[in-house]
Amino acid sequence: MIALKRLQILLPFVGIAVLLAVWSLTVWARIVDPVLLPSPVSTFRAMWIGMTSGKLGVDFLKTVERTIYSTAIAAIIAIPFGILLGSSEKVYRSVEFVIDFFRSTPASAMFPLFLVLFGVGDRTKISVAAFGAALVILFNVAYGVMNARKTRILAARVMGASRLRILWDVMLLESLPQTFVGLRNGVSLALVIVVVAEMFIGSTDGLGQSVFEAQQLFNMPDMYAAIFAAGALGYGLNLLFLTIERRFVHWSGK
Amino acid sequence: MTAQPAAKMELSRNAHEAARRTAPHVTIRGLSKHFSDATIYDNFDFDIPRGKLMSVFGPNGCGKSTLINMIAGLIPVDAGEILFDGQPLSQIKFGYVFQNYREAMFPWLRAFDNIAYPLKVMGVSKSERTARVEKIVANLNVKIDLNLYPYQMSGGQQQLVSIMRALIVEPEILFLDEPFSALDYEMTLFMREQLQRVFVETSTTTVLVSHDLEEAVYLSDRILLLSRHPARAVEFVHYDAPRPRTLQTMSEADFISTKAHCLEVFQREVRKG
Repeated sequence: MIALKRLQILLPFVGIAVLLAVWSLTVWARIVDPVLLPSPVSTFRAMWIGMTSGKLGVDFLKTVERTIYSTAIAAIIAIPFGILLGSSEKVYRSVEFVIDFFRSTPASAMFPLFLVLFGVGDRTKISVAAFGAALVILFNVAYGVMNARKTRILAARVMGASRLRILWDVMLLESLPQTFVGLRNGVSLALVIVVVAEMFIGSTDGLGQSVFEAQQLFNMPDMYAAIFAAGALGYGLNLLFLTIERRFVHWSGK
Repeated sequence: MTAQPAAKMELSRNAHEAARRTAPHVTIRGLSKHFSDATIYDNFDFDIPRGKLMSVFGPNGCGKSTLINMIAGLIPVDAGEILFDGQPLSQIKFGYVFQNYREAMFPWLRAFDNIAYPLKVMGVSKSERTARVEKIVANLNVKIDLNLYPYQMSGGQQQLVSIMRALIVEPEILFLDEPFSALDYEMTLFMREQLQRVFVETSTTTVLVSHDLEEAVYLSDRILLLSRHPARAVEFVHYDAPRPRTLQTMSEADFISTKAHCLEVFQREVRKG
């Protein structure tokens, strides 16, 4: 029984093992042209070399930096506005359409506009990503505040708490779980936008540029390595925010 | 000559004190409340006695909770006046215990800080807050780990914390809206004893909304029986069994006849609808 339980810890690795097995088999049996699909070994070797001594490590850090900057800017703008909008349902309803419209607009469609505004540089990439992330965060924060439990607000009110204190002590904390949902979605979106921007807006670095360059040079192991690095980054950022959430919003979902 | 006015004043003050002791605590006059589809209260008058535990009981949807919610200022009245010793609600300290403790507690605060929160709102210093929470815990002989968060506690423990939170301000009047209806029977029995003990210790005027007649009679000095809406006070039943009441009390003739009488009135009102 105990041995069986111990084996259960290995469950998450089953998927990885199957993926690697199918991949190796495909390469071994030459089902796909080896030029298009390098072996797992050569891919991970390329990733290791790239991360430790090559340019991939630099690109990775550059993408991290842009994503963090844009998410931070988005959060600084969107959280206070979200609280403000959410604290009055009438105010939120009056701007809901505008928020939903731009939230539904693909941020990539905004590249040309931001290029005109900010030129070809980091500022454009960061600001487009921040724009996309901000709307997602704003929407979640506002809903978090609006959906604060009525009973909890009433409880604070019967204790004689002022509107401002209720906003600060109750609504703000009530909205935190939803705010973190917004932050996690926001950071994912920011990463997507940053990587796309790095591919197409005259970049010399970043994971997007790394993938694009490797493809142009037909260097498949490097390309797969950069894709995996981007995947690891996305997964890592999500995990980071989940960890922060569990630490600071311990009551979430309880 | 000189002593006379002083003596007279003394007399009038004593008379005033005596009047205060027997005068109703809360006076409700001309209370009206309409919801979109129904008139719940129409020119309702009632006096809530001082220092008694009073239950409100009546048919479903007759406005039991609406009544205490209006008295406690949770929902506005359409018309009428509710005064506490002649003063409006804003001038008094009161406690309110919600049915849904899960949604009434603050899950981001430990139980201790939940209890202390009303004092924080009042601007009481941290050391004073701690002292007062420790005092109430000792007085009520509560044996719960107050360092836990509400979601780490059982339902009964949470509701007990919630009652302490209502009592920490030393309220003049305590409202409870079906406080035990979300608890299992075992916990309900335990919580009845806790509430009775609080009442015996503090003699705070208490208004309890209940949908359980046994509970209402067992805990109360007075039972207000309401009609279907628009609600009238059908009867104001007195039940003066000595405290502390025990499970034994519930098998005594006085308890059984009071409960039977309330049930009869209740069923008559239900059939009218």
